[in-house]
Amino acid sequence: MLQLAGKRLVQMALIMLTVSLLLFLAFEADKYSLAGKVLGQYSTEDQRLLWLEQNGYNAPFVQRYFTWVFNAARGDFGESVQFATPVSKLLKDHLLNTAVLGGLVFTITVSIALVLGVLSGIAEGSPRDRGITVLAVITTSIPEFASATILVAIFVFWLDILPGTSPFSNGLTWADANQLVLPVMVLVIYNFGYYTRMTRASMAEVMTSQYVRTAILKGLPYKRVILRHGLRNALIAPFTVMILQLNYLLSGVIVTEVFFSYKGFGKLLYEAALFGDIFVIEACAMVAVFIAVFSQFVSDIGYTLLNPRIRFS
Amino acid sequence: MTDTTAEQSNTPDTAKGLARFLAAFGLLRESWVGMIGLFLVSFWVLVAIFVDLLPLQDPLAQTRGAINLAMLTEDKTGVMHWMGTDDRGRDLLARLLHGSRVVLFWSTLATIVAYSVGMIMGVTAGYRGGWWDEIISFIGNVLLSFPQIVLLLVILTAFGPNSNVGIWMNTALGLDKTIVSGALIIVAITFSTAPQVARIVRGIVLDLKTRDYIAAAEVRGEGPLWIMLVELLPNARGPLIVDACLRLGYVIITIALLGFLSLGLPPPDPDWGKMISDGRQWGYNGLNMMLWPALAISSLVLGLNLLADGLREISLRD
Repeated sequence: MLQLAGKRLVQMALIMLTVSLLLFLAFEADKYSLAGKVLGQYSTEDQRLLWLEQNGYNAPFVQRYFTWVFNAARGDFGESVQFATPVSKLLKDHLLNTAVLGGLVFTITVSIALVLGVLSGIAEGSPRDRGITVLAVITTSIPEFASATILVAIFVFWLDILPGTSPFSNGLTWADANQLVLPVMVLVIYNFGYYTRMTRASMAEVMTSQYVRTAILKGLPYKRVILRHGLRNALIAPFTVMILQLNYLLSGVIVTEVFFSYKGFGKLLYEAALFGDIFVIEACAMVAVFIAVFSQFVSDIGYTLLNPRIRFS
Repeated sequence: MTDTTAEQSNTPDTAKGLARFLAAFGLLRESWVGMIGLFLVSFWVLVAIFVDLLPLQDPLAQTRGAINLAMLTEDKTGVMHWMGTDDRGRDLLARLLHGSRVVLFWSTLATIVAYSVGMIMGVTAGYRGGWWDEIISFIGNVLLSFPQIVLLLVILTAFGPNSNVGIWMNTALGLDKTIVSGALIIVAITFSTAPQVARIVRGIVLDLKTRDYIAAAEVRGEGPLWIMLVELLPNARGPLIVDACLRLGYVIITIALLGFLSLGLPPPDPDWGKMISDGRQWGYNGLNMMLWPALAISSLVLGLNLLADGLREISLRD
């Protein structure tokens, strides 16, 4: 167990290092172009050279890379060109907002998916199962920006009961909680289908297993068979998949944040990409990859802990 | 699009493969979900091919004084706009239908490129194994550890149409702006999609490798390249066709999404994602302009997903 965790941690570190090197190569290998981006396109040649000199960019490439990695590991990503504030401060505020949105979406999505997945998995092939499966396919086919459009048309312009943007100008307060409804709805609609199909597949497989048949044959109440014998075993696979899916959820969160002008991590990254705010892009990409790699680690360890067949072998 | 993939993977004996494909199509009739999918996909493919023959307005022509018209209204010159007009007075129906060609062309091309790269990575990693497999898998793990949009944003900021690479392609190579953007988008999508394809292909190949006919081929003295191309890939086609359908759907979403994020193909060619983001700036007046492309892209992707679902259902049956 510890050995596995150690091995995964080493892999994790290796991936993070590779990613950092790739990012550094992509954005900072050409230091003259970087100076142009930081100082703006109307800066003079002398200004750029001075900036490079002052910020230690004339050091050898390897030394620059290690300084950068070392600073990044301490959370120091430099200063945002666009906002003239430290990147770490920007990241902290925006990540918190994204965590609120993502956490809400994850909780709601998982609850819906578990109920629907179990309902359709215990009766494989029934009309109810077919209905839920088709519903899941339909909702997963509508990309976030399309469903956001449709929902805005319904709830903002037609029914006029919800706000169409979520800037949270006064900070995240209860009074403005209705601004969260549409972004959460968009993300839940897009994501619950996949989770449901995962749960369904796992539940359907467990229902055909020997021990469930035994439990039914020995006369246990059906409800008890499902909850005690079926569900507990069926949840192992979807659990790991759902954690792994955090990566995809984050992708969707970025689009949704841009659509609804929600001041989160995704909007920060997107605006930095449009502006050419290199240090913010680097920091955001590193954080995103860290979340992805870390969730993979959690999912692997979780799978081992939950599955006794692996734990004791 | 499905028939081309099916035919390509059947190259050794095209006639037999075609017959088998037609048989599979016959089976598809039994799955109503698959049939709905096939209908939606064929509709958009036919529109994309024959859009020039339809009696539509010019999708790029701007009509003065006919901005953000609602659906089913005539402008001052007496021209009927069935879906209304956009923020520059262009006919929305024409733009929507012409947009299907843009979307399908670039997404099919991107899927083919990404699939080819992914299949080569996966089949060589699975068949050769050893250090090559380690390297390919590690590259895949690194690329897949990025959330897809983050990877696309990073690639398109560092090497996109407005970066030094894009400007160089535009000026030194003299390429058209649309082609430069399209090519760079394809590269970005290949980076994010090929590792996923490679992972699936590798898994299938690891299973097929242990079969007797591969051992027989090795004993016959067939080269590794021949075995990979003729023995392994054609036999992996079942799950791959289903996956290609789904993947094409994701790529369509991605390309439209890049358009929405204004990182896509340059204007003025109609692009469903760009149409949505353009409409968003107009509030209620832009709603018409946003809703049609949103419905169009949803129906196309839904068609592909339903088709994949139907194909999977059939392939599981026999």
